[in-house]
Amino acid sequence: MRVALLGMGSVGRGVLQMIGEKDLGITVTAVADSRSALIDRDGISIEEVLAAKARNGFCGDKAISAMDVVTGSAYDVLVEVTPTNATTGEPALTHMLCALERGRHVVTSNKGPISREFSRLREIAVEKGIQLRYEATVGGAIPIMHTLEQGLAGNRVLAIFGVLNGTCNFILTRMAAEGLTYEQALLEAREMGYAEADPTYDVKGIDPAIKLVILANTFCSHSVSLEDVDITGIDRLTNDALRLAEEQQCTIRLIAEAIPDRGILRVAPRLLPLSHPLVVEGTLNAITIETDMAGEITLIGKGAGSVETASAIIGDLLYIRDTHAGRHSKTA
Amino acid sequence: MKLEIKDAPGQLVAALKPISEVGGNIIAVIHQRDEKQRGGFLSVQIVLELPENRLKDLTRLIREQGVNIQRIGHERLLYQKAVMVIGHLIHTDLGDTVDRIDRTGFAEVTELNISMPAISQVSSARLLIKSVNKEDMEQAMAILRRVAKEKEFLLVEPLEEVE
Ligand SMILES: NC(=O)c1ccc[n+]([C@@H]2O[C@H](COP(=O)([O-])OP(=O)(O)OC[C@H]3O[C@@H](n4cnc5c(N)ncnc54)[C@H](OP(=O)(O)O)[C@@H]3O)[C@@H](O)[C@H]2O)c1
Repeated sequence: MRVALLGMGSVGRGVLQMIGEKDLGITVTAVADSRSALIDRDGISIEEVLAAKARNGFCGDKAISAMDVVTGSAYDVLVEVTPTNATTGEPALTHMLCALERGRHVVTSNKGPISREFSRLREIAVEKGIQLRYEATVGGAIPIMHTLEQGLAGNRVLAIFGVLNGTCNFILTRMAAEGLTYEQALLEAREMGYAEADPTYDVKGIDPAIKLVILANTFCSHSVSLEDVDITGIDRLTNDALRLAEEQQCTIRLIAEAIPDRGILRVAPRLLPLSHPLVVEGTLNAITIETDMAGEITLIGKGAGSVETASAIIGDLLYIRDTHAGRHSKTA
Repeated sequence: MKLEIKDAPGQLVAALKPISEVGGNIIAVIHQRDEKQRGGFLSVQIVLELPENRLKDLTRLIREQGVNIQRIGHERLLYQKAVMVIGHLIHTDLGDTVDRIDRTGFAEVTELNISMPAISQVSSARLLIKSVNKEDMEQAMAILRRVAKEKEFLLVEPLEEVE
């Protein structure tokens, strides 16, 4: 199976590394970053392109662009791992639309296009009989999509509760454990590299709300958008509140909640008993799903990281390989 | 709660044991020997207080003892909910905030723990709200949400499973 990869940041390099190290039957025929691209229909050398990127800061030929890869190179699956733009979804949205129109599968970790233009993207994929997969957009390494789609096939989703933002969870964990103020804990998260220079998306609850939209669109209804989510962040929480909670063997976590039958779509700090399965520590993510047949299932795991996110992307790639075996692989 | 149990030695004890296991409190046990029961069954009514969210566990444990539950009367259960409120609680008349719940007559704030740092800073409080049943609790929460919006508080509600 031939793969073209857009984006050579943390996630893109993780994917390349793992494809290089493991014998997965995947050939990388093109890669691109923001300034250059490399195309070789016989397969590029992963070691060399990673070394070139590390050495030069760009991966290939500056005369070739990511769009050239999308429209002009030979591949079965486009792996889109460029930065998330939550407002327009670009440039990833255009990349994905072009690839889908060409009848190519798309695998992505990019929340922008999936939360903004899900029904449009999905329609094209359905029409062309190809796969659009985005396991890595929610919960990092946690296989939430596979669990719900394959493992729990035939179940009706009654509720989804999730700790979907590692930065917020880290801040709340530190406030509770050390009695830090919100500002101190945020500063620490920054120093540890867990928070962006502009942490607004995380601490105001927008990032987990975007992930909730993706889950709701996939498993509950197909027409939800960010505006439908009732969002409260963690930036007004006090360490006093965490201490008062702890006195009752409880703590506070930022919980994303979807209950389709009651029309609930909410991200808000919530009180939970310390023994609750969603009370995870540090940057971990956790998701509880409640379905009609299986009852409650909770998945806990790393919500971000280079190789962890690559795990989700490779899971999607191999799913496509196994369900669409040889569909495009013989075309030159 | 009204339990139907087998008229055999040890059955009542078997039915009562799980109540303490889930932290419940037995208020009264009422035998109804005179009621005609089919097949030698004896009907016992147990009135009890239960911690929040433990009803599912309790009914499971009781059933595991081979005891048949006839009916569960929710109205006898005491509902309570702890919530956290953060904001300028004092400046916005804490008495009024509490009173808005109390004066409903169907729910009340039974505990208030407040922490006040410097005068200009926000304070944080834990409120314990009690009501007779679930519907009343939901109404009380709706009132609290309105008050929180009006007085610009951050209201932190407990996470509850769907039933
Ligand atoms: N990091 C995680 O743990 C994680 C987890 C889940 C999801 N995600 C999502 O995965 C995506 C990638 O994350 P990341 O952490 O790898 O980001 P990153 O480190 O910022 O890397 C982004 C990469 O995309 C490239 N790029 C930017 N614009 C491009 C364009 N127009 N065409 C082609 N390439 C372009 C950048 O090129 P240059 O190298 O030239 O700058 C860079 O290589 C994001 O959408 C993110 O939200 C990340």
